[in-house]
Amino acid sequence: MLAAIAFYVLAAVAVISAFAVIAARNPVHSVLFLILTFFTAAGLFVLLGAEFLAMLLVVVYVGAVAVLFLFVVMMLDVDFAELKQGFLSYMPVGALVAAVLLAELVLVAFAASGARGAPLAIAETSGGVTNAEAIGLVLYTEYLLAFQLAGLVLLVAMIGAIVLTLRHRPGVKKQDISAQVGRRRSEAVELKDIRPGQGLG
Amino acid sequence: MSPLQDLIASGPHLLPEAVLVVFALGALFFGALLGADRWFGLTSTAGVAALVAAGALAIARQPVAPVDVFLGAMVIDGVSAFAKALIAFAAAATLFLGAVHFNATRERRFEFPILVCLAVLGMFVMVSAQDLITLYIGVELQSLSAYVLAAWRRDDAFSSEAGLKYFVLSAISSGLLLFGASFVYGFTGSIDFDVIAAAVSEGAGGVGLVFGLVLMLCALAFKMSAAPFHMWTPDVYEGAPTPVTAFFAAAPKVAAVTLMARVLYEPFAGLEAQWQQVIAALAAISMVWGAFGALLQTNLKRLMAYSSIANMGFALMGLAAGLEQGPASALIYLALYVPANIGIFALILAMRRDGAPAETVADLAGLAQKRPWMAALFTMLLFSIAGVPPFAGFIGKLLVFQASVDAGLVWLAVLGGVAAVVAAAYYLRLLASIWFQPPAAALQPAGNANLITATFAAALTFPILVVALGSIERWAEAAVRMWF
Repeated sequence: MLAAIAFYVLAAVAVISAFAVIAARNPVHSVLFLILTFFTAAGLFVLLGAEFLAMLLVVVYVGAVAVLFLFVVMMLDVDFAELKQGFLSYMPVGALVAAVLLAELVLVAFAASGARGAPLAIAETSGGVTNAEAIGLVLYTEYLLAFQLAGLVLLVAMIGAIVLTLRHRPGVKKQDISAQVGRRRSEAVELKDIRPGQGLG
Repeated sequence: MSPLQDLIASGPHLLPEAVLVVFALGALFFGALLGADRWFGLTSTAGVAALVAAGALAIARQPVAPVDVFLGAMVIDGVSAFAKALIAFAAAATLFLGAVHFNATRERRFEFPILVCLAVLGMFVMVSAQDLITLYIGVELQSLSAYVLAAWRRDDAFSSEAGLKYFVLSAISSGLLLFGASFVYGFTGSIDFDVIAAAVSEGAGGVGLVFGLVLMLCALAFKMSAAPFHMWTPDVYEGAPTPVTAFFAAAPKVAAVTLMARVLYEPFAGLEAQWQQVIAALAAISMVWGAFGALLQTNLKRLMAYSSIANMGFALMGLAAGLEQGPASALIYLALYVPANIGIFALILAMRRDGAPAETVADLAGLAQKRPWMAALFTMLLFSIAGVPPFAGFIGKLLVFQASVDAGLVWLAVLGGVAAVVAAAYYLRLLASIWFQPPAAALQPAGNANLITATFAAALTFPILVVALGSIERWAEAAVRMWF
C-alpha cells in the first residue's frame, strides 16, 4: 500500500517535471526540473529494489551531468530563443522519429509480456546480499577485464582532453616546487640597516 | 576456476594486448615526465615496434583450439589472430607514415603513437570479444581514441569539425549499440555469447531479440561506415589530418568487420534467416552508394571515403553469405584491400606543394610526366582497389562474389558487379588524369618514407599477396571453420 502510494507520487512528479523540462522558458529552470526528474527516477529505482542504480543515478546524473549542464547554461551565452526557432520546420521529422520510437516501445512491451506470459520481475540477488554488495563481489573478480579496460577508456578521455585543450603559453605564472624548495635565504631576504629617524629613502 | 587462477592462466594468452598496454602507459609516463615532444621520433619508433611485436605475437601464439580467457570474456582463436595481425600491421604502417608526416610538419606531440596504440588495443578487444560488455568497451576504447585523433590538428577548423562530427554521430551509434545489447540481454538473460547462442537456438526472444540484433548491427555498420550509416565518413575523412585518415581507412575497418562476423556467426548463428536480409541490404546500399557517390568528388580524401564505403559493401557481401566461404572471403577481402588502401594514402600524403597538402583530383594531372614512379605506383594500387586482374583486389572481389553466388544471393552478386564497374569508372578517371592530362603545377619531392611504403604496398598487391593467396586462404578458412 505504502509502496503503491510512493510509486504514484514519484511517477506523477517524474512525468510532470519531465514535461516542465521542455516547457520551461528559462533554461536554468529546465535544468533544475531535469534534476528533479532524476531524483524521482532514483526514488522509483529504490522502490524496485535497485538501490545501487538509484545511487548511481544521483551521483552520476545529478552530481556530475546535470551540474555540468547547469554550468554550461549559466556560463555560456547560448541564445535559446534562436535555437528554438527551427522547431516548427523540424517538427514533422521529429514527430516521425518520436512515432517510430513509441511504436518500438509498444512492440517491445508486447514482446516482453508475450515471451514470458508474466509481468517482468526483478531477479533476486543470491545469498541475501544487497545490490551494491553483489556488484562489489564480482566487479574486481569476474569482471576484472572489463573494469581495467574501462580504466583505459577513461585514460584515453584524459589524454584526449589534455591533447586537445592544453596550450603552453609563455608568461603563465605557475608553481615550480623545486624552485621554491631550492630557494636560498640570500635570494629571498635582504637586510637593510635603517638608522633611527630616517626612512629607506 | 577461481578468478585468480583464471587471471594467471589467461595472462600468457594476452601478450599482444599486454605489449600495447605496456608501451602506452610507459610512453605516457616518460612523455609526461620528460616533456617528450622532443623525442617524438623515438616514441613513434617504439610505437611502431610495439605494434609490429603485437601483430607477430598474435600470429606466433595462435592456439590450435579456441582459448577462453578472463572467464569467457574474450576468446583467442584463429579469427582473432588473423584480424589482430592484420590490424597491427596496418596500424604500424599508418603510424609510421603519420610519424614521418608530423615530424616533417613540426607537429610533434608524443601522444600520437600512444593514442594509436590504445585504439589498436580497443580493436584487439573487439575482435576477441566474447560477451556484450567486452564488445562495448572494445568499441568505445577504439572510437574514443579515434575522435581525439580526428581532431588532432586542433587549430584547424576542418579537423575540429571532423572530430566533433565524428564524436556526436558515433556517440549516437554507441547508444544504439547499448540499446540493442540491452534488448539482447533482456530476451536471452545473458551477456555471454555462448549462452546467447544456446538461447537463440532454443528459439528464445522472438521479435524483441531480432530488434536488439538489428540495433546492434546498425551501430556496427556505423562503425565500419557501411551505407546508410556512412554519413560521417566523407566529412571526417576530409577534415582529419591525412595520416589519421589513412589510419581510419585501414585498421578500424578490419576490427569492425571481424566483430560483425563474430556477432553474426557466434551468438546469432541461429537467426541467420533474419540477419541475412539486413546484411545483404547493407552490402547492396553500400556498394551502390559508394560507387555513385564517388563519381562527383574532387577531393582525393573524400573520394577514398566513398571508395571505402563501397569496399565495406563488398566485405559485407561476404558476410551475408551464411556459408563457410562467407566470413572467410570477407577476411581475405580485407587482407587484400587494406595494403592497397594504405599505399594510396602514402601517395596522397606525399602530394604536397609549398608545404601545403595538394589533395584534389586536379593536382594529379600529368603526374606521369613529372613523377613516373609515383604514377606507376598509383596505377597499380588503383587497379588493385578497382579489382582489375591480376592484382590482389581482383581476387578479393572474386572470392566474395563466389561466396555470394554459392549462398544463393545471385542478385547481390550482380549488383556488386554493376557497382564495381561504376567504381572502376572513377578510378580510371584518376588514372586518365595522371597519364594523359597536361601537368599541373609541380609538386614538391615526395618523401622517401611514403615512396617506400607505397612501393611495398604495390608489391603486396602484385605479386606477393597473389602468390601467398593459397596460404592466406587456408589460414582464413581454418579460422572460421569453428563457426560451422
